[in-house]
Amino acid sequence: MIVRLRQPSREVEVRGDRPARAILLELGFAPEAYIVICNGTLVPSDTILREPDSVELRPVISGG
Amino acid sequence: MSKCRSCGEPAVIDLPRHNANFCSEHFIQLCRRQLSKAISDFDMLKPEDRVLVAVSGGKDSLALWDMLVEEGYQADGLYIGLGIGEYSDESGAITRKFAADRQLKLIEIDIRDEHGFDIPTAAGVTGRSPCSACGLSKRHIFDEVAKREGYDVLATGHNLDDEAAVLFGNTLRWDVEYLRRQAPVLSAGSGFGKKVKPLVRLTEREMAAWCVVRGIDYVVEECPMALGNKHLAYKDALNALDATSPGTKASFYLGFLDRMRPVLEQSAAIDAPSSCPTCGAPAATADQACAFCRLVDSASGHEPIPVRMVLNKKARKMFDAQWGSQDGN
Ligand code: SF4
Ligand SMILES: [Zn+2]
Ligand SMILES: [Zn+2]
Repeated sequence: MIVRLRQPSREVEVRGDRPARAILLELGFAPEAYIVICNGTLVPSDTILREPDSVELRPVISGG
Repeated sequence: MSKCRSCGEPAVIDLPRHNANFCSEHFIQLCRRQLSKAISDFDMLKPEDRVLVAVSGGKDSLALWDMLVEEGYQADGLYIGLGIGEYSDESGAITRKFAADRQLKLIEIDIRDEHGFDIPTAAGVTGRSPCSACGLSKRHIFDEVAKREGYDVLATGHNLDDEAAVLFGNTLRWDVEYLRRQAPVLSAGSGFGKKVKPLVRLTEREMAAWCVVRGIDYVVEECPMALGNKHLAYKDALNALDATSPGTKASFYLGFLDRMRPVLEQSAAIDAPSSCPTCGAPAATADQACAFCRLVDSASGHEPIPVRMVLNKKARKMFDAQWGSQDGN
């Protein structure tokens, strides 16, 4: 499935049918540094993501 | 699907430091409680205070403004146009829309119009890091506007992660003077107005979630000047610790407030600063202009330097991936 990433804005292909947390870890992202938006709503990181969900893994860390 | 700890409805977020999940309603309630606790624990605001919120278009400052207005405070926004290429254009537009949609008062200062320079130019001309030139300029302008417009308090969106990262850095260097000054409230005095950080009990992730739940559009892309800075490295380190032992970051910082600050407060105070001969703001010595006036002096009127030119090689690569390299800005 395709997930949207930010900073910079881009899309990557990952294996679906798994909790968001597993996908974050596979991508090397700390779960504490991301929120998961699925079909326009916020969801907990144990949510199973699958086709055809529209998913964004959004980083929350800012450097200012 | 996980359920809300308070009501059993489907949750929207997991908060490992509370070892629980929450629905949107109870998540909002939890954030409000943390905000109120910070405000009352540190005597940040009185109900009748006129509050000026420093807004950047990012999640923290917009969430803070939203929360304070919701709590019934008289809170106006102050946005500073820093002249950081497309990032500034986008953050200005988002901030203006936020204020207009809610009919809130927004004061805007464009640093190039008012002081004749922008942040990339100031960094390029003086050799300071962009964030140091920027931080110094923002602090100066916040103080100046709050004073000029008669606000009682200036509120900034520093969250728990920001404060924990600063604390981590100060501790690694054992910078006692900075540790002493690291407080959620700076009371008015010697030329400075009162400054408060009402979000110190809320994490960065909670503030991003607040914005999504409340339907607040904010600038997600990072300021190009922040790419690869040390502050981010400290945050990564703390989040890595939190991943194996949730709550470590929060207890590091909140424990500092509870147990270390009282110790530091008892030790000797810093000398009251003198004032700048040019602008009257507090300065280290009486015979020399303050750091901001010296910055204006060297950078004002200089031909604009594009953002890309003041980034190091690594940051420039990240910048090009984010904003594209074609327009040279
Ligand atoms: S990242 Fe640095 S330059 Fe950018 S807004 Fe923050 S302090 Fe200013
Ligand atoms: Zn609930
Ligand atoms: Zn001055």
